Amino acid sequence: MLYREAGQFKTSYAADQQIFPIRQDRIAIGLILVVAALVVPMVASEYWIKAILIPFLIFSLAALGLNILTGYAGQLSLGSAAFMAVGAFAAYNFMGRIEGMPVLLAFVGGGLSAAAVGILFGLPSLRIKGFYLAVATLAAQFFIVWALTKFGWFSMDSSSGVITAQEIQILGYRFDTPISLYLLVLTIVAVMALAAKNMVRSSVGRAWMAVRDMDVAAEVIGIRIMHTKLLAFAISSFYCGVAGALYAYAYLGTVEPEGFNLDLSFKILFMIIIGGVGSIMGSFLGAAFIVLLPIFLDVLIQDFLTGLLPPSISSNLQLMVFGGLIIFFLIVEPHGLARLWQIGKEKLRLWPFPH
Amino acid sequence: MSEQNQNGRRVGEVILDLQNISLRFGGVKALTDISFNVKEHEIRAIIGPNGAGKSSMLNVINGVYHPQEGRIVFHGEERKKMEPHMAATQGIARTFQNIALFKGMSVLDNIMTGRITKMKCGFLEQALYLGRAQKEELAHREKVEEVIDFLEIQHIRKTPVGRLPYGLQKRVELGRALAAEPSLLLLDEPMAGMNVEEKQDMCRFILDVNDQFGTTIVLIEHDMGVVMDISDRVVVLDYGKKIGDGTPDDVRNNQEVISAYLGVAH
Ligand SMILES: Nc1ncnc2c1ncn2[C@@H]1O[C@H](COP(=O)(O)OP(=O)(O)OP(=O)(O)O)[C@@H](O)[C@H]1O
Ligand SMILES: [Mg+2]
Repeated sequence: MLYREAGQFKTSYAADQQIFPIRQDRIAIGLILVVAALVVPMVASEYWIKAILIPFLIFSLAALGLNILTGYAGQLSLGSAAFMAVGAFAAYNFMGRIEGMPVLLAFVGGGLSAAAVGILFGLPSLRIKGFYLAVATLAAQFFIVWALTKFGWFSMDSSSGVITAQEIQILGYRFDTPISLYLLVLTIVAVMALAAKNMVRSSVGRAWMAVRDMDVAAEVIGIRIMHTKLLAFAISSFYCGVAGALYAYAYLGTVEPEGFNLDLSFKILFMIIIGGVGSIMGSFLGAAFIVLLPIFLDVLIQDFLTGLLPPSISSNLQLMVFGGLIIFFLIVEPHGLARLWQIGKEKLRLWPFPH
Repeated sequence: MSEQNQNGRRVGEVILDLQNISLRFGGVKALTDISFNVKEHEIRAIIGPNGAGKSSMLNVINGVYHPQEGRIVFHGEERKKMEPHMAATQGIARTFQNIALFKGMSVLDNIMTGRITKMKCGFLEQALYLGRAQKEELAHREKVEEVIDFLEIQHIRKTPVGRLPYGLQKRVELGRALAAEPSLLLLDEPMAGMNVEEKQDMCRFILDVNDQFGTTIVLIEHDMGVVMDISDRVVVLDYGKKIGDGTPDDVRNNQEVISAYLGVAH
């Protein structure tokens, strides 16, 4: 079946306003979900599920969160990992301090806590932009990790702030196998991605993009800038917070505040730069890319380049490739993989008659 | 209480009254003691040489700038300190001298954004896109399609505005303002930089908006031919002061205006 709009005449605005207006896109998303939910658990090895797919989904969610803030609302942030930390530690506290706390509610609580902190650290965005705002979020990054390490209360007085996630039980079912955890994460991420897609194509999303593209005009049209920016910080941090809770509960099991350091924030930023700034799909592409690249490079070095490269280079190859790619995307294709994909699709739509 | 004026327009009561407006930026006096009014349904032009304070005047009207002195009465109510988004909810829309579209968005989304003050669903409803949010989105889409038809830009609906030529961008910006169904529309040099044909189209749209929707229009324009043709009354500014106010004929014959503005080529 060709990727084609021809013959799909939209006879109503409702049809044109669907979440995925082109039929092939709807089918593709459906297929991906079916494969992810039914086929993957049957064929993927435990290593793939635990070490690749689960972190991929969690990073996608965090990248999605950052993309809402940076890609859609235009507010640069270097504090994504810190908001993840807030989500993880808040969920841990909800679980540990409240008897019988349902774990999903604890995740939501983690997200909401991160949202509250996000609003607080988003306040400077009302005054400053761009580089200076990035520095302000950097302060958030350092402050939050410091506070979580320094005050034992946040980790319920475990040594040096290390927390070990309680086990996950929902309606009596224990999520203790990699597959069950994977399916849980997949469900949460799919639902939240769908919600994000809906938001960015509604008036909230348009308000974010308006503020991003031209804030004076946005205000003149009737958009309340303060409200719009802070909402972006809140929702973005909510996504990062839930991602952080999943990071602790479904991926690592044991984390310390330092696990959510600036490196992780940068990693998430790189995901959206490579995947596509201002694109939901780009968040997933970028996360996949950054999760898979090191594995790919390891295989490459071990199987093909052993002995060819001096160890000083092969051990740093990952960083060098990363750096090169970031520069490539910033200069050549600022909209990332998602844009390359889009161009490919547009070509395909018209193929074989490009004019 | 409406009277027919020379253009055959039904001009009504005063809806916007500016009294003794003064605006300074540090030492720069952008506007000094300016008073004039705008009547319902009329097309009111503001003219003057570069730097005369025309754009500043529009910015005062829709709350972007706050004058140090003066009173503004809109629809019979004196305005307290007001932010631009409040002006928008009161029915004031505008376009900008330098196109201020949302570059990363499509034509359709830009114009949809114009209806934002009319959209009531919260982000949670929109995230779920069920029931009310969906209905609302579709209802507004229909309104926006009317604007798109009116401006004859159906063929570029889905195009990112950044890719459009200048003339069309100006038209989309008008569309975004119209989508708000404003009672007062402020246009800052809507025809600047256009070729003759595009200017004619734009004139037609402005007159049609005024005629079909009864929208009151305040317009800044440098093209004297256009101003004399389509406006009912003209205010002339020079160095932040008002030096003329009246029908196009009055203004054309005003000696001070001739020496300050019309006589000076620029
Ligand atoms: N935000 C601002 N800050 C400082 N000065 C300003 C500002 N806006 C306008 N001015 C000054 O106010 C004066 C009037 O400017 P304005 O833009 O209103 O003129 P204009 O009549 O629209 O001119 P043009 O025909 O060039 O558009 C100018 O001297 C300008 O430098
Ligand atoms: Mg001007």
